Amino acid sequence: MQHDHPSAERAQPVAKSGDADVRIAGVAHTYAVVDGPVLSGIDLTIAPGSVVALIGRSGSGKSTLLHIIAGLIRPTDGAVRIGGQAVQGPSPRWVMMFQAPSLFPWMSVAQNAGLGLRYAGQKDGAAERVADVLDLVDLASFADRNVQDLSGGQQQRVALARSLAPSPDVLLLDEPFSALDMFTRQSMQTDVRAIAKRLGLTMILVTHDVSEAVLMADRAVFLKSGAGVIAGDTDINLDDRARNADDPTFDAELARLNEIYTGLQTA
Amino acid sequence: MTASADLSGARVLPALGRYRGLMNAVIGMSLLVFLWWLGGRAVANNPDMFAFASFAPGPTLSRLWVMITSGEVWDMTLPSLYRVGLGMLIAAVIGVPMGILIGRVAQLREITNIPFQFLRMISPLSWMPIAVMAFDTWDGAIIFLIAVAAIWPILFATAAGVRRIDAAWIKVARNLGANPWHMLTTVILPAVATDILTGIRLALGVAWVVLVPAEYLGVTSGLGYAINDARDTLEYDRLSATVVVIGVIGFALDTLCQKAIGRLNWNRTSE
Repeated sequence: MQHDHPSAERAQPVAKSGDADVRIAGVAHTYAVVDGPVLSGIDLTIAPGSVVALIGRSGSGKSTLLHIIAGLIRPTDGAVRIGGQAVQGPSPRWVMMFQAPSLFPWMSVAQNAGLGLRYAGQKDGAAERVADVLDLVDLASFADRNVQDLSGGQQQRVALARSLAPSPDVLLLDEPFSALDMFTRQSMQTDVRAIAKRLGLTMILVTHDVSEAVLMADRAVFLKSGAGVIAGDTDINLDDRARNADDPTFDAELARLNEIYTGLQTA
Repeated sequence: MTASADLSGARVLPALGRYRGLMNAVIGMSLLVFLWWLGGRAVANNPDMFAFASFAPGPTLSRLWVMITSGEVWDMTLPSLYRVGLGMLIAAVIGVPMGILIGRVAQLREITNIPFQFLRMISPLSWMPIAVMAFDTWDGAIIFLIAVAAIWPILFATAAGVRRIDAAWIKVARNLGANPWHMLTTVILPAVATDILTGIRLALGVAWVVLVPAEYLGVTSGLGYAINDARDTLEYDRLSATVVVIGVIGFALDTLCQKAIGRLNWNRTSE
């Protein structure tokens, strides 16, 4: 867990985020059109600056939980607090990144990246901020390009820049790399973790891919299909250098998590 | 035939291909004028109809030239453009917001569907007696008729465009903290701009058709009035010259709309 950030890092223009914990208390949710709860009695505290993976099969309610944290769905019961502030709806302090980049094709790369700042009415320094986040995702030279000319991976990088521009404390990822090819996906997984660590972001990642969790997360929380409850919770103690598929400690950690995951499904 | 002749022929052909569209347009126009000329000949040779001989291209085009140089064309066109412009503006000011609401709110769509389909099918000209009673001025009545004709294509095209908006765009905007005004100006309007313009283009076609009979009403200006007036004074060359003016301006307005649509279209794949 990264509670302490070097002050030199925090002085950087893009490194304004961080220092927000996420407290989920008694969250339960039932959709009007579905019988039975998708989530029940979820209690979870996530330390500031840590990366947590929510792992579960489809129907485990992991995506619903992420939408609740983002303020995009109001839970039937319970509450979420981010950095002490109750989540009542979407906010530039907690931003979700979706599976599809869904960039606006009538806007340039820079305009897309600056959307959150525009909505927040932030004009001062907005252009510099957009340039900074595009630089962060290695797309500085693409600022004036049409988003339709970009590859899928580049588009998802623009979506990442768009999420980072409002300097959120918490970044929520809803399987954002699952539509990408394997090589692009791996580089995005590594880069996003590095960026989150550099900015001191708290990050919550929804995935059904255990290896993605081992690559990116400090902690894995397993949701059980059908029940909508937390059925497993473990820290992933890996050095960042070991977070690649060639490292033996990575393989051991992957095997350990896979065992927990399969155990949950059969139990 | 020699090989070199073949080669030079092959070299000329791509150059011709570049002008193919223009050439075909010229061929089409020539064909139309030729048919017009044939009709004029037939009328002139018919003892029962020779009084209408000045409908032919020759008298028409020379009269058109006189009308252009004397400024008569502008005098009769400007009032018509004013009426169509104002009618279209009213139709857009009502049609676009209504279209957006109907596209976004399913309940509103269901409530308005049958009444609007019913109203849409009524010929705008059948409102004429009501328009004449309801408005103090002839101009007001004509503008009303044009607005009634133009509103439906704009409204339905806008609503259809709004329904096709990618729900993920709305979600992304909401997630980034967009308020309803942001949603309208950064998502909905840019997303449906070409749909709105396509509706306006269709509406303009209808409005331009409705204009002429509407101007048969009491007004003493405009293209429709000019046609009626030429008939009453038996100046058939002036009548057919006015018909040419109506066609040319209608075509020009449609071309302008098409250019605007091409400019606003953000979709690369449909180009």
